[in-house]
Amino acid sequence: MGANLFRNLSFFSATLSFFLLVGIFAVLFTYAQQSMQEFGFDFLLTEEWEADEDDEGGIFGGYIPIIGTLLSTLIAMTIATPLAMGIAIFLTEIAHDKIVKPFSIAIELLAAIPSIIYGMWGLFYFAPIVQLTIGGNGVGLLTAGIVLAIMVIPYMAAITRDSMNTTPDVLKESAYAMGATKFEVIKDVVMPYSKGGIIGSIILSLGRALGETMAVAFLIGSIMSIPKSITDPTTSIPVLLANNFAEAQDLEISSMYYLALILFVVSFAIISVAKFYFLGRNK
Amino acid sequence: MNRLVLNKVVLVLSTLSAFIGIGFLFWILITLAYKGMAGLSFSLFTKDLVEGGIRNLLVGQFTMALMATAIAVPLGVMAGIYLREYGEESKMTSVIRNLSDVMTSAPSIVIGVFVFALLVEPFGTFNGWAGVVALAIMMVPIIIGTTDNMLALVPKELREAGIALGGSKKQVILQIVLKAAKVGVTTGILLSFARIIGETAPLLFTSANNQFFSMDLTDQFPSLTVSIYNLATYPDEASRQLAWSAAFVLTAIVLFINLVGRYVTRHKQ
Amino acid sequence: MEKQDFKAVMEVKDLFFTYPGVSEPTLKKNNLTIYKNKITALIGPSGCGKSTLLRAMNRIHDLYPGCEYKGKIDFLNPQSGKMENLLELRKENELIGLRQRVGMIFQRPTPFPMSIYDNVAYGLKLSGLKNKSELDGRVEKALKDAAIWKEAKDRLKDSALGLSGGQQQRLCIARSVALKPEVLLFDEPTSALDPISTSAIEELITELKKDITVVIVTHNMQQASRLSDYTTFMYLGDIIEFNKTEKIFVNPSVKLTEEYITGRFG
Ligand SMILES: Nc1ncnc2c1ncn2[C@@H]1O[C@H](COP(=O)(O)OP(=O)(O)O)[C@@H](O)[C@H]1O
Ligand SMILES: [Mg+2]
Repeated sequence: MGANLFRNLSFFSATLSFFLLVGIFAVLFTYAQQSMQEFGFDFLLTEEWEADEDDEGGIFGGYIPIIGTLLSTLIAMTIATPLAMGIAIFLTEIAHDKIVKPFSIAIELLAAIPSIIYGMWGLFYFAPIVQLTIGGNGVGLLTAGIVLAIMVIPYMAAITRDSMNTTPDVLKESAYAMGATKFEVIKDVVMPYSKGGIIGSIILSLGRALGETMAVAFLIGSIMSIPKSITDPTTSIPVLLANNFAEAQDLEISSMYYLALILFVVSFAIISVAKFYFLGRNK
Repeated sequence: MNRLVLNKVVLVLSTLSAFIGIGFLFWILITLAYKGMAGLSFSLFTKDLVEGGIRNLLVGQFTMALMATAIAVPLGVMAGIYLREYGEESKMTSVIRNLSDVMTSAPSIVIGVFVFALLVEPFGTFNGWAGVVALAIMMVPIIIGTTDNMLALVPKELREAGIALGGSKKQVILQIVLKAAKVGVTTGILLSFARIIGETAPLLFTSANNQFFSMDLTDQFPSLTVSIYNLATYPDEASRQLAWSAAFVLTAIVLFINLVGRYVTRHKQ
Repeated sequence: MEKQDFKAVMEVKDLFFTYPGVSEPTLKKNNLTIYKNKITALIGPSGCGKSTLLRAMNRIHDLYPGCEYKGKIDFLNPQSGKMENLLELRKENELIGLRQRVGMIFQRPTPFPMSIYDNVAYGLKLSGLKNKSELDGRVEKALKDAAIWKEAKDRLKDSALGLSGGQQQRLCIARSVALKPEVLLFDEPTSALDPISTSAIEELITELKKDITVVIVTHNMQQASRLSDYTTFMYLGDIIEFNKTEKIFVNPSVKLTEEYITGRFG
């Protein structure tokens, strides 16, 4: 293989991500056309999702899965953020060196467990607890949100820990040397110093939660209805796709492409903001 | 003294969150072991899904993941090499680097949808190749990222020394730089393999699933993860038991690969 | 010599210090007296334990669990006039109190990621001062005392990270001075600075000694001889010689000290 060929091949590989990204967008956009032309932006606010008798047309609106996605993510983030911060603080500022390692490994293993396992465990072990203590029939927004939180916590904690770890020891010591308590050092020195990384990790986890399929699929109830209470079942974009995409046709499947496009664009925007604005990966 | 109390409270709460995190890990792993091991038997691994085993599912899942790796590794490593060795920090390099970084976190279900449009719909049938491609698409950006980062750790002097000895750029990259970064790159591949072997969403409507043993990638292909999703939601006890056992085996594989990757980085570098 | 010359603020007595996981003590039977309103320099080759000794004086070592002290560091209680062993402090609020009385300046400037004003007000707020006008007054006074008021007064709300290295270091001094500490510990405060900033800091330290007792670690012989009243020469964790600075530099009584000062090793 000639030197030039090698260089060209590696250049080609490098451009692959770019073409994938453009390709995904183009394909989703193309297949979503039918639905986009039929419903336009009203799609976002339309609650109905009903096919006509003959399966040819119907009314398809993304409101319910969009709301379901947003609410389950909101619940997850509300629970996950303080806990992940706590874990990161524990790992960087509190735990003894000897404990840090096993805890870090445990947190990273937790992040490595496939999401389907979280979903399944959540369905059989967590949903009944929610049903008993809070109400509802087990599956629903709240259960999905909590299990989603459990899933993103290790991810968020690991990134937050890494950015907190960049705070120089002397900076912390000089705050201690002025009589600050540990909490004050964390609040006034560590957090401000690693602010970008912390916000980045929260937003990145938000991106994760929005696009998560399997953990939610078991738990959200997969029903096309607007939740009236926090324990009510509903659905989300990824879950709707997971369960109904393969069987759908015509306008319905086009509407699902539309939803996939929305999810893709929103995730892309969120992740880009997290990575390049806050995490400063623009090196 | 107020601030001391506040300090204590925050420290206790932080410690508590760490223990809650660990608590969930153990809770999940223990239930998994407890429920999963109950159905563990020799025949689980020798029978196919139709007869209540997971042999075809394991073979199918591994086949797809390995094929995906075979596609993604050369592409990803080459791309990483381009970004770090040839890219010269140009504007375009940084755009590509950033895009592939973002691709790492693209929702996996969307990748499934994309591959469905390209490789399932035109052929009118779910097929193993579609699953392979979907997994490869997930894997490439991860491998680009780790390769790029690992090559960045190789000292500049090593490249210069190679060039000074009369090596061509290509030789230096392949024989010196890549070798120096071998452990890191391998670990990256290992960890991304662990990540995709547990994926479900991108397979749901690409490979879909197959109850029978099959090595025919042009047709529906057996998948462990898709089966777990199906089995767990069936009402009968036997299916659920099988789902737990399969989930246990899957988790054991994923965590084992992760631990190996971790061990390798710690001891070989 | 006036009597006041000999008033001890801190007395290190038979101090042994061991880092966690290290079998041998890093400081071995150190004895040293810090006199009030004097500047005491700690000199010696790199790794001899200067920073370790300094960091025992405000117990900053205690941030990392497992450090062991043996011996005493007596510290003058200005109210009672009695010496109290600061190594006996256990509770967190006691340590916080100690650190408000014994400030510390590090090798590299360590401005907090906040405004200039907030940096200086930080310690005051921690100690419970809330009154805005009193805070303003104390901040201004501290900035003036640290000779950085002129440069900082028009940009108090700006981030402290925008200051130059020398200015940042003076800001850090102002931040500590604001707490009106009895003792200020400097760990090679000018080693990361250019010569002009260095002389500004040296001048400032000389000014400070009117109100504050200073202990300074330096690897710069000229700085030690220019600045200090007392000098301690350390070697391998031992205090080899402690005396008036002129004595140490003109006529040291130990051969090792002489060799070090004349640059024959270290
Ligand atoms: N955290 C630590 N743990 C173990 N040993 C240390 C630690 N910090 C410093 N030392 C050792 O203690 C000795 C004295 O260090 P130090 O007080 O920093 O020296 P100096 O400030 O005089 O250059 C050195 O041998 C150093 O390696
Ligand atoms: Mg030192």
